[in-house]
Amino acid sequence: MLTSMTLVFHIIFATIGAGVPLLICAAEYVGIRKRDPKYVLLARRWTRGYVIIVAVGVVTGTAIGLQLFLLWPTFMQIAGHVIGLPLFMETFAFFFEAIFLGAYIYTWDRFKGRYTHWYLSLPVVIGGGMSAVFITTVNAFMNTPQGFTLEGRTITSVEPIMAMLNPATPSKVFHVLTSSYMTSGAILAAITAFFILKYGNNAYYKKALKLTMIMTLIFSIFTAIAGDASAKFLASYQPEKLAAAEWHFETEKGADLILFGRLTEDNEIQGAIHLPKLLSFLSFGDFNSEVTGLDKVDEDLIPPLWIHYMFDLMVCFGAFGILISMLFIVFMFWKKRDQYNKWLLRAIVVNAPLAMLAIEFGWIYAEVGRQPWILRGYMRVAEGAISSPYVHYVFAAFLVLYVLLGTFVTLVLVRLYKKNPIQKEWEMRFPDTLFGGDQK
Amino acid sequence: MNYEILGLSALWFFLFAYLIIASIDFGAGFFAYYAMQTKKDHILNRLIARYLSPVWEITNVFFIFFFYGLAFFFPDAGYYYGSAMLIPGSIILLLIGIRGSFYAFENYGSRKSKLYTFLYGASGLFIPAAIATGLTISEGGFIRHENGSVYLRHQELLTNPFSWAVVFLAVVSVLYISAHFLTYYANKAGDEPARKLLRSYALFWAAPQIIASLTAFIFISRQNPEHYDNMLDLWWLFGISVLFFLIGIYLVYRERNYGLSFICVMLQFFFALLGYGIGHMPYLLYNEIQVTADATLPAMGIALLIAFAGGLLMLIPSLILVMRMFLFDAEYVKGKK
Repeated sequence: MLTSMTLVFHIIFATIGAGVPLLICAAEYVGIRKRDPKYVLLARRWTRGYVIIVAVGVVTGTAIGLQLFLLWPTFMQIAGHVIGLPLFMETFAFFFEAIFLGAYIYTWDRFKGRYTHWYLSLPVVIGGGMSAVFITTVNAFMNTPQGFTLEGRTITSVEPIMAMLNPATPSKVFHVLTSSYMTSGAILAAITAFFILKYGNNAYYKKALKLTMIMTLIFSIFTAIAGDASAKFLASYQPEKLAAAEWHFETEKGADLILFGRLTEDNEIQGAIHLPKLLSFLSFGDFNSEVTGLDKVDEDLIPPLWIHYMFDLMVCFGAFGILISMLFIVFMFWKKRDQYNKWLLRAIVVNAPLAMLAIEFGWIYAEVGRQPWILRGYMRVAEGAISSPYVHYVFAAFLVLYVLLGTFVTLVLVRLYKKNPIQKEWEMRFPDTLFGGDQK
Repeated sequence: MNYEILGLSALWFFLFAYLIIASIDFGAGFFAYYAMQTKKDHILNRLIARYLSPVWEITNVFFIFFFYGLAFFFPDAGYYYGSAMLIPGSIILLLIGIRGSFYAFENYGSRKSKLYTFLYGASGLFIPAAIATGLTISEGGFIRHENGSVYLRHQELLTNPFSWAVVFLAVVSVLYISAHFLTYYANKAGDEPARKLLRSYALFWAAPQIIASLTAFIFISRQNPEHYDNMLDLWWLFGISVLFFLIGIYLVYRERNYGLSFICVMLQFFFALLGYGIGHMPYLLYNEIQVTADATLPAMGIALLIAFAGGLLMLIPSLILVMRMFLFDAEYVKGKK
């Protein structure tokens, strides 16, 4: 419970932490390339908020790192032999990112070369991406463990690289990276759209929205591709997870994909939309392939069936993101429609929390879907956890901390941008040019 | 087994690095708060913020390195400490959470607040105290076995004079190291009032520091005679440590060579920690976990060491780059950039 709470909280910051540097880097690059200070200013303003998010990400990340040992000592004693390498490497990636983030923030006006400062953003993007990659391999390992031999409760031989490059790794890493870039794009777009709705449009916001929406579209398409790859992976390696998500009780050929609906107590599906044979296609790329159902899974090894809702919501929110960003881009080129119309802007605002929820639901689906295993096929959750009467107090203390931090982060961020609106900062930095006037 | 010794040396190195870097950081937070209370904050805060802002995240990484290293090179140690440290470990995490976040709010947010500085400064003293419990536990005698699980005997820990001596030592050392570094930094920045103020802190904390060291040393003899005897055999390491302590203080007293004096402070702790660490061998946790018996499997140990070497190859140049940009760039330190 405590671990899941910490994770749910950490994922918000980790997603932004891994994704936003790419957007900052892109904005600064476009700015330098086009010699347009508006983009550079955009990068700068994003960075300021980003640092605060990273700070909270760092502390929640530290919390998880240590909680692994505090709350799952038995699990770590065994798995620690195998997952030590990626976790250790993740720390290095994070170190790399931390070093250069500091350097990036404090050297805006120090260099003569146009690109020198921008180069500093590259290690931040790489470091953020790499730490996501390494940590995902650990999670992938827990889903499809390999690369070690277990005799009783002792590990006798281990191949660290094999364990890292397990079957779940490629699709997971791909999905995690693309979705975090997509979500970061969606969040920054939503902020911009919100400001346009509130304070009216101007050249700066237009540029910000254009950049973020293009990024969102690109990465949401990639996310969808990655999601499809993940489903195909699940069908082959973890059929019980996919079957539970799709309420697929009987093994059959040409299986239906089930959207929404409700499950009665004796496992009857009500009010669902059946898409014939799509599940087979989703699983193996062939409408008539055979999909393993829950009847092939041991009764006490079936994951909770409510993960179906998580799965559906994740997919729907993802699809919504693609739709919105696509509409925006289409309107941008199709002159008859205004891409800044109020309804579209509102939809863009709504899209950000939905994208974040999709990430959370996706993780819940992925994690709850491998219950009751903590190490699929090797160790159950109950065997790995600590049994201590103090866990409740610790849980309460962390809950209070997260609620406090969540509120403070929001307050501080809102104040940061309210106190220093873009017009003011523009006039301070470039006193000779009018804000509304475009250079070109 | 060679990789275990290498791994152990790496761990020891990180512990030392964390001791120095984190002390500067924790102490700075406390001094910032203290200066605010005594209405001297205008002298210090700008200086401290200029040093800390680019590097504070790095401090956290050293901490993670240390406990990841310990737990992955020696999974059994991870199991014992993990089980035993549930409460102290969670307290450390809560404090780190508060500290990191409020540091960011204070410095990158838009408003200076007394509350933020207070949370930041106070947590800076509690964290080393909480981490010190880990060292106390390592001396043995605080762990209870029950139903196949490991528990910490909280009552004993809290009533034992030795654990309080360690806490006292940790807190005082933090202030001592930090004051020395900041004096050096202020001197470099040409910030006369800050240098004077910090120099007085450095001199003030010298006496408690050496007293605390000796107290802890003496209490070890009661808590863990075996470790104490080992350390007595290494008396010359502690002698060197005390020598560097004296040189460091002398230099600060004579108001010159602050750089050298800070190096002396580092060497003082280097030798003390070295003596402590060698004396601690071969146990990671007294009478429970030995270094040789409980290490990870060779394949993993070697993979970790390779990762470690590769990581250092990448990190050391980056660290030097950052240090040249912020720590040793005279223009930056003086606030011109």
